Amino acid sequence: MHAADAFAKTKAEGRAALVGYLPAGYPTLADSIKAVDIMIDHGADIIELGLPYSDPVMDGPAIQKAADQALAAGFRTRQVFEVTEAVAGRVPILVMTYWNLVERYGVDRFARDFAAAGGAGLITPDLIPDEAGEWIKASDEHDLDRVFLVAPSSTEERIISTVAACRGFVYAQSVMGVTGARAATSAVAPALVERTRKHTDLPIGVGLGVRSGDQAAEIGAYGDAVIVGSAIVNCYLESDDIPSGHQKLAELTADLAAGVRR
Amino acid sequence: MPNPDASGHWGEFGGRFVPEALIAALDELEAAHTAALADPAFTAELEKLGREYGNLPSPLYFAERLSEEAGVEVWLKREDLNHTGAHKIRNVLGQALLTKRMGKTRIIAETGAGQHGVASATAAAYFGLECTVYMGEEDTRRQALNVARMRLLGAEVVPVTTGSRTLKDAMNEALREWVASVDHTHYLIGSVGGPAPFPQLVRDYCRGIGDEARAQFLERTGALPDVVAACVGGGSNAMGIFTAFLDDADVKLFGFEAGGDGYDTGRHAATITAGQVGVLHGARTFVLQDEDGQTIESHSISAGLDYPGVGPEHAHLAATGRAAYEPVDDAEAMAALEKLARTEGIICAIESAHGLAGALRLAKGLKPGARVLVNLSGRGDKDMGNVVEYFGFAGAPEKRGA
Repeated sequence: MHAADAFAKTKAEGRAALVGYLPAGYPTLADSIKAVDIMIDHGADIIELGLPYSDPVMDGPAIQKAADQALAAGFRTRQVFEVTEAVAGRVPILVMTYWNLVERYGVDRFARDFAAAGGAGLITPDLIPDEAGEWIKASDEHDLDRVFLVAPSSTEERIISTVAACRGFVYAQSVMGVTGARAATSAVAPALVERTRKHTDLPIGVGLGVRSGDQAAEIGAYGDAVIVGSAIVNCYLESDDIPSGHQKLAELTADLAAGVRR
Repeated sequence: MPNPDASGHWGEFGGRFVPEALIAALDELEAAHTAALADPAFTAELEKLGREYGNLPSPLYFAERLSEEAGVEVWLKREDLNHTGAHKIRNVLGQALLTKRMGKTRIIAETGAGQHGVASATAAAYFGLECTVYMGEEDTRRQALNVARMRLLGAEVVPVTTGSRTLKDAMNEALREWVASVDHTHYLIGSVGGPAPFPQLVRDYCRGIGDEARAQFLERTGALPDVVAACVGGGSNAMGIFTAFLDDADVKLFGFEAGGDGYDTGRHAATITAGQVGVLHGARTFVLQDEDGQTIESHSISAGLDYPGVGPEHAHLAATGRAAYEPVDDAEAMAALEKLARTEGIICAIESAHGLAGALRLAKGLKPGARVLVNLSGRGDKDMGNVVEYFGFAGAPEKRGA
């Protein structure tokens, strides 16, 4: 299953896809599997599993905290394949990871094991296509999506070279800044999507900052996918126990799913 | 000049492992730096600034009594005499002048013990730039005096409470902040690490150390040193002194990393000696990391060397064999610090004591009269708290005849 399968469906339904992000191993290994199931049950079209890392330079406080907690509980890279295997089959599962973890595991080995677990592809926030020779080769070899990022600061030239290297979709970072739920979404995001669309037929996902169905609807009006991360993590960070977190996640996902269907 | 390739790599090391959002700023920085170095007005202004404000060039000093004890000639490049007390003033003056040239109005910096933070705050004050310094929360408590210095100089100090609350986390936070403010803010990075063009840029501003020392050495002795030694944390002072000698095949280059409690204890910061190739803070280099690639916390009595990565050009020099890197543990460094104080009346930084200790260890295997050049990268005032604790100098001196 690839990202394209989900986008074929959402396109047919004339709406944007909902992409839910959660670090694997958070709030616990078993509950991260449960959380993914909850998201899928309540309308997520694509799942993005984060790989917890000690130095997440693109993430804001919520995702940092979740990743720290997963690592403190002993999370290992290979467990992302367990989570993937447990949830794969219903919607495409992508892994979002800082590059050192993949490089350390072995780029081809990671691609092989992830593909074998039923994974769809990788989103690589600190790997630009210029540095991605080995990953491009491995993702071709193992038929995985590769999602690179474009940003408001990207030049035309870089948007062209980045989308040319993408498969599955293109990730538009909608604000200049780290991940985190924001009250207002970005004003620069529509312009970035428009600039990007000139150079690709791939779907364009918009991330960073979404926390409500209203925001999801707003972004879904111009983006092909609405990516939600910190708000999902906050369901657990702001709950007294994991079952309440699951409950909040179900409600949030339903709200977001309704948002992309407006 | 031994520059990286067009994509910022030395061999397999270096490059840019950062979010796309920063690429335009890195491109802009690279172009501005290249243009600045080619502009005689810029280089003349930087030279004047170094001379009149930074107390450069720093002297080359022959340490006679220390040499007698060591059995080799020990020459010290006295970067400890620079304004703000270390080689770091070279980097911050260069980058701050470049910031002005780029039309940016604010700098941010990361700092461990606070030395780079103080230097950055100094340059910001001089140029009238806004300055925010990210510092691990733990370090803000341990280094209260440096926090006070930065505040006096007008900088805002932000305690970093994420991750391990150390230098590496301060660097993460500075990178995060930079993504959000890159249109008017320059990230004044403190060492020869980070994404291209930073490693080359910082080296270019620090290479005056070696350029001066090489000319001074030739003038004083009519020859080049047999060995050049420096401590290596991120590696800016070492790249600063090595660069001028890279093409002198007969000059051996040695970098000394922090061996902490002892290399075999696992509690150290000997990144090249014990790390594996990986990606940290935007560059491929040697990294102290576990089996999964998670960064391992480093340990050293010297805050300035206590970092789990190292500049990519050092990684390349190590991989190609042009320079050799060895660990020096806390005890060996502190012994060298004491020896220098007692033979020469110079109290150096604990960082620099690692370079000196390594050179003195090396001296035992050199022919008598061999010439060793050591980069005395900083002065020790900032370290007196550690010195008091380490040597047990607290309390009143013993009374005579008591």
